[in-house]
Amino acid sequence: MNAVFSFGRLGALLIKEFIQMRRDRITFAMMLGVPLVQLVLFGYAINNDPKALPAALVVTSQDQYTRAMVSALETTGYYRFVRVAASEAEAESLMARGEVSFVVTIPSDFRRRVDRGDNPRILIEADATDPSAAGNAIATLGTVASQALLREQGMEAVAAENAAGQLQVVVHRRYNPEGISQYNIVPGLLGVILQMTLVMMTSIALTRETERGTMENLLAMPASPTEIMLGKVLPYLVVGGVQVAVVLAAARLLFSVPFVGSLWLLVGAIFVFVMALVLLGYTISTVARTQMQALQLTFFFFLPSILLSGFMFPYRGMPGWAQALGEILPLTHFLRVTRAVMLKGADFAEIAAEIAALSVFAVVFAGLALMRFRRTLD
Amino acid sequence: MNTSPAISVRNLVKRFGTKTVVDHVSMDVATGEIVGFLGPNGSGKTTTIRIICGLLTPDEGEGSVLGHDLRTEALRIKREVGYMTQRFSFYEDLTIAENLEFVARLYRLKPVEEHVGRTLEELGLTSRRDQLAGTLSGGWKQRLALAACIMHKPKLLLLDEPTAGVDPKARREFWDEIHRLARDGLTVLVSTHYMDEAERCHRISYISYGRMLASGAVDEVVANAGLTTFVVEGEHLNEVAAELEGRPGVEQIAPFGATLHVVGSDAKLLKKSLADIARRDGVTVRPGETSLEDVFIQFMAGSKDNMQ
Ligand SMILES: Nc1ncnc2c1ncn2[C@@H]1O[C@H](COP(=O)(O)OP(=O)(O)OP(=O)(O)O)[C@@H](O)[C@H]1O
Ligand SMILES: [Mg+2]
Repeated sequence: MNAVFSFGRLGALLIKEFIQMRRDRITFAMMLGVPLVQLVLFGYAINNDPKALPAALVVTSQDQYTRAMVSALETTGYYRFVRVAASEAEAESLMARGEVSFVVTIPSDFRRRVDRGDNPRILIEADATDPSAAGNAIATLGTVASQALLREQGMEAVAAENAAGQLQVVVHRRYNPEGISQYNIVPGLLGVILQMTLVMMTSIALTRETERGTMENLLAMPASPTEIMLGKVLPYLVVGGVQVAVVLAAARLLFSVPFVGSLWLLVGAIFVFVMALVLLGYTISTVARTQMQALQLTFFFFLPSILLSGFMFPYRGMPGWAQALGEILPLTHFLRVTRAVMLKGADFAEIAAEIAALSVFAVVFAGLALMRFRRTLD
Repeated sequence: MNTSPAISVRNLVKRFGTKTVVDHVSMDVATGEIVGFLGPNGSGKTTTIRIICGLLTPDEGEGSVLGHDLRTEALRIKREVGYMTQRFSFYEDLTIAENLEFVARLYRLKPVEEHVGRTLEELGLTSRRDQLAGTLSGGWKQRLALAACIMHKPKLLLLDEPTAGVDPKARREFWDEIHRLARDGLTVLVSTHYMDEAERCHRISYISYGRMLASGAVDEVVANAGLTTFVVEGEHLNEVAAELEGRPGVEQIAPFGATLHVVGSDAKLLKKSLADIARRDGVTVRPGETSLEDVFIQFMAGSKDNMQ
């Protein structure tokens, strides 16, 4: 009989864990429900292509070009002019209060410049705190505005090339100058959801046994630390797998996120990432004395993961020290892998370094957990 | 029968912070012996048992359990020992059968179903095999825990208050079972607060404030305590008791049914203090037998003095 590892004993621990998981209805529902709810909420809030966004108009003249411009913007469906502001300052405060998402300013010399063919300009200020919401509205702007202008000038579309170049649409993104592209969000969300649910659930693996008093019995029986660790983390590997399937399917069906890379490469990378996560959670549970502490530690890791991994802010835009911190978070590497594979169709060679980094995390966490594991009650 | 001791530990010390909970405890238990472990609440029984089964590392001291070194061979000890915890520590969200299956698999008993089936039958729980363990009554939880820890046929049983909350009939059956197992060579160390259970042990050890105060067969322990007991019979015993309170040599006064047990460690002094009561009409005073309980109460009173 092997003292260190036996499949029989691991089997005992796994069966027990699965039964407990199945009986704990709420937790079980959370495992599947949380990813779906998060995905749908985050996904729609961020990824939806919102129309009829409230906008304010700052105009000083009522000429035909201005009217043409306003009606053209309205017909795109993105802009709904709710206010005509008398001054720039009034519009500014409307946006600061969040009453409008856009301020469209058509300068008083607009007509004169159009007539003189002297680079007419309109200014669009967008509330970019939710950058993806404003994204499409801004994207359609240039063409719509030029076409409207040309129509109004009675020019033919074919001869438009030069004149179109003349209209200048100046876009100011307010509050968040770096826009994040929408498709980045869903692959990122996959990593965030996995990190949140899996680390949280495995972080209470041991503390729950301690708090229920079952730890004393478990330790008195001949299970080795490796068996106990695997018995605790492997079931969550399965849970992670189910979550991944749910999120990927939803990404495809609900948000039509393009998937250009190899599915198997992605699955392989996810496996390594999930392994690193459950082992991180388990390491936390060898450190924490109570479930409360375990949850606090989980969030201690969760916040920097969200902020510094490139999920929330573009990684390259962060200062050097923040990038260095980001490097030691599994989520950072996972985001690079998923975005590269899903959106750019990267092959293994291109993401090998990231997968290697994720494997290092898994090995380090497993080592730490085994070192920290207390075989005794003291 | 094997004569090498099942438990042999020397000068175990365990401290929690600055508090010494186990203070130089030594213990020898021969194979096949049933040893009762007694002592007031918080005296260190559970802690000592945990050290013996490798769940706590002693700060000082050494020893061997079933021939394995306490410090270096904890894993082998765990495999050959059955430990029943004081607090129910099986999974309340698993059924009775699932708990037993879990234990059977961990000890790699084969075939699992057969072991579990037999244990359920012996317990009389076959019909309730699919009931969640958490929904069992307190006494049944104890019986389930006991059954689970003898399933793998350990050589040494460490039982921490196994019969707390168990009804008298089940208690009787439990002790009959313990004696049957001991006849086959199983060694048992069992902590208890019940005197009748102590009397069913081959030997007892008494611990108080972490120190082992007495050890030996029940009558030895009683004899070594050197107590004298008088039984007072007659009328108006309440008044007699009140009168005796505080007299020199009178250390315990305990009513037992229609009699009064008066206990003291100084026989002469005690006799003198009882002399006038004995001369009274309708009251008789005769020498009585000191019980184990008298001895323990004496121990408790004595060690409290030590602590203050
Ligand atoms: N993990 C711990 N940390 C700190 N103190 C502890 C710990 N475990 C036990 N103690 C203390 O050690 C002392 C002995 O406890 P122990 O559980 O061994 O007593 P016991 O004899 O089993 O009592 P009981 O009859 O009530 O079960 C108690 O004062 C208890 O408070
Ligand atoms: Mg105890």
